[in-house]
Amino acid sequence: MLPGETQLKDFADRVLAMSQAEQTEVLLFSSHSALTRFANSYIHQNVEDTSVEVSVRAVTGKKIGVAGTNMLSDESLRAVVERAATLAAHQRENEDFQSLPAPQPVSRVDAWVQRTAAFGPDDRARVVAAICDAARNAKVTAAGAFRTSASEVAVANSLGVFAYHRETNADINTTMMSADSSGYAAHLSMDVNDIDGPTLAAAAIDKCLRSANPVSLEPGVYDVILEDYAASDILDYLAYLGFGAQPYQEKRSFMSGRLGEKIVGENVTIWDDGLSPEMIPMPFDFEGVPKRRVELITNGVANGVVYDSYYGGKEGKPSTGHALPAGATYGPLPSNLFLKAGDTATDDMLASIERGIWVSRFWYTRPVHPLKVIVTGMTRDGTFLIEKGKITAPIKNLRFTQSYIDALNQVEMISRQTRLMPGMIGVSRVPSLKVKSWNFSGATEF
Amino acid sequence: MLDLVSRALDTASQQGAAYADTRVVERRAESITVRNQNVEGLTADESLGFGVRVIVDGYWGFAGSYRMTLEEADRVAAKAVAIARASARAGGPQVDIGPPEVHVDAYRTPFRTDPFAVSLDDKIALLLRVNEAMMKVKSIVMAESNVYYQREKKTFGSSEGSFIEQDLVETGCGIGATAVDEGEVQQRSYPNSVGRHQGTEGWEFVERWDLAGNAPRVADEAAALLTAKPCPVGVTTVILDGSQLALQVHESCGHAVELDRVLGTEAAYAGTSFLTTDKLGNFRYGSDAVNLTADATIPGGLGTFGYDDEGVLAQSTPLVSSGLFVGYLTSRETAASLGQHSNGAMRAHDFNRIPLIRMTNVSLEPGEWTLADLITATDDGIYMETNRSWSIDQRRLNFQFGTELAREIKNGKLGDLVKNATYAGMTPQFWGSCDAVCNRDHRVVWGTPNCGKGQPEQIAHTGHGAAPARFRNVQVGLMK
Repeated sequence: MLPGETQLKDFADRVLAMSQAEQTEVLLFSSHSALTRFANSYIHQNVEDTSVEVSVRAVTGKKIGVAGTNMLSDESLRAVVERAATLAAHQRENEDFQSLPAPQPVSRVDAWVQRTAAFGPDDRARVVAAICDAARNAKVTAAGAFRTSASEVAVANSLGVFAYHRETNADINTTMMSADSSGYAAHLSMDVNDIDGPTLAAAAIDKCLRSANPVSLEPGVYDVILEDYAASDILDYLAYLGFGAQPYQEKRSFMSGRLGEKIVGENVTIWDDGLSPEMIPMPFDFEGVPKRRVELITNGVANGVVYDSYYGGKEGKPSTGHALPAGATYGPLPSNLFLKAGDTATDDMLASIERGIWVSRFWYTRPVHPLKVIVTGMTRDGTFLIEKGKITAPIKNLRFTQSYIDALNQVEMISRQTRLMPGMIGVSRVPSLKVKSWNFSGATEF
Repeated sequence: MLDLVSRALDTASQQGAAYADTRVVERRAESITVRNQNVEGLTADESLGFGVRVIVDGYWGFAGSYRMTLEEADRVAAKAVAIARASARAGGPQVDIGPPEVHVDAYRTPFRTDPFAVSLDDKIALLLRVNEAMMKVKSIVMAESNVYYQREKKTFGSSEGSFIEQDLVETGCGIGATAVDEGEVQQRSYPNSVGRHQGTEGWEFVERWDLAGNAPRVADEAAALLTAKPCPVGVTTVILDGSQLALQVHESCGHAVELDRVLGTEAAYAGTSFLTTDKLGNFRYGSDAVNLTADATIPGGLGTFGYDDEGVLAQSTPLVSSGLFVGYLTSRETAASLGQHSNGAMRAHDFNRIPLIRMTNVSLEPGEWTLADLITATDDGIYMETNRSWSIDQRRLNFQFGTELAREIKNGKLGDLVKNATYAGMTPQFWGSCDAVCNRDHRVVWGTPNCGKGQPEQIAHTGHGAAPARFRNVQVGLMK
């Protein structure tokens, strides 16, 4: 049982009243989270936890201190408030800091589904058992995880900000494995009723069986179809390396100095929208500032980056509502990303490729050159050779080393369908992509 | 704590648990980060909570909470039992954790200076001084310096009769400078990249690594890399410095010998391992020069403790002996499946997470060479230092790593600076090509405070002893 808005508001008011600082912010998280994990077609880990976090940001002049606790007695709260103030007192003046945000109207968005919050271990086990049964029937092995969570966040500050939001998440993935192949399927939703275990199992089993007996293929440059699971990685790294104001201002971003310029193909449009019903919406950031829709790349042209109050203040711009919790030093980041869908059916993408590779999913991707967004990683869970518009053979997994900016300059088709995916930060909604000339730099043994 | 631990264990047993353990974790941590002469991160966090892990009718259940009351201990223990009963719904083999482990003991990290007792003003002044020195260098657009320290008090009790208290202290520090010019970005870090280097020590750790003395060099190197030669493309000899080698050990050996991965229980997320159980004792992992050990008792190592989170005593285990694969990192359950006894590698990220098999201090044992002699004895090759990027497949075979800095080796001498250096290979072939490891004087137990594994994801702190080593016939220069 989570505390709820009234209790969190009372709680925030108590903390603010304890503070003698010139400005004070309190950030409250409360969550109930459970996860059932399975492997070798049975449940091997099954966990649940109830957590709370309180973070206090104290501001004296332009000095800032942040302290946190999960202990909720008055004594502990007074101690955390005092600790934040003590840290602030030892700080140096930060001339770039202007103020904690003033109150702004925050939209209410509905991200709560009671049946998800009430979903219990027996409910999760029933879904997992169905997936494991399907695996046994298909003579493959199932692994995966099924998480359900209910959480609340509240932000208040001494200037009058109070913002509260609650949400539920149901997030499942399964990997089906044979002796020499695997297939993957996943689904993320606010509503646990959207989780269809047998359908997910069937999709992963189909991919697993089709990728059996893989052949080796020489690394090289190939046209590719990146399924939405793989394409989401591109958004993750663009966000992490370049869509935030910090790397932009420090000239470490591919967007730095290039606003208004065409940086990727005209068919690529990317934006962040925390209020969209196509997301798991979140109406405000961790400073309590309402989220604005930010057009990041429009028809290939670099359009803007996201701000919090601190980095916005450095440019005389308002926050776009993308602050991370106080104390984080990465700067603001987008957390509800969209890559605009196209008008192509995936079958038509396949038919258009003379010789290429179908990539189901990427694994262990890491930036090699941040400014050029060159990333290396592996394919995983179903990689196929395409010849004359058809999948002709499963292939062993390949390593790629590829600039994601170059790739977005070579997108030839974009799927109509999109998928909601957990992102590096937050969530994203992405289509599948057909990309010309993707660079595979190595191969592995399976 | 004893009351709460006992109450949770009693309730779990009354509800039907054949085995139960309870961990109470109290953590205090402080972090200071200076970026571009601003103290952008100054945080102090504390947390307290407990977790109850049970086996009921042969299946696992776990629940955790931050509410430290006896009533909550009852609720959480009963919940863990209910979750274990739900686990049985999907069938599968029943858990066997082997013979009982009973220890009543206490362990405390030895340290000289309590990092929490050092003046905050002195810490901030150090980081600002270091930052200022880096910012003086032209082309540096971002300078960052940080210290982090934590104290964790763990209380472990089990239904088998164990009661163990541990008081663990860690201290870490790091600096980094980023230079930008004409479409190029280069970074240098010290003592290690990805934020910081860390150990189970007190403030003496920060003093020993002399951040101020190294700041100008770090910034100069970042700036110099902007105009350095690109990494050549081809197959050559590579000498890796100790910190890069530590990551190589972590990724290609440490994860590969985790027996839970090998047995498939991480298959959907982190993956499995090429070191399948049929290879134990008969697979050539590397050359004769390659000796790898997991040792949770190394003084100061980030993977050092008294007991793991199943209450198993910290110990040292050979993993690779003269190139032969001889051992895994194990838990009680996985060890029992091989007829072995756990070597104490189970650790949990916090009170609300179950322990998983995690690396302790997984190290490459030193050889006989000095670094100077090794370079002199290398006609042609590349010396690479400090990790910049890392990626490896889900069975820990195909890898590609990049380093922040490299230098040509020509006729036994270090030559021109090289930027954007990368190398790649397959794990057994790569370790098979290792023909020289530097001696104990060059060895550092590098701390990796950011090792991710599990769902929900857990971050572990691991250590890796490594001295520079040489590898022949390595593919380099893979950036498009």
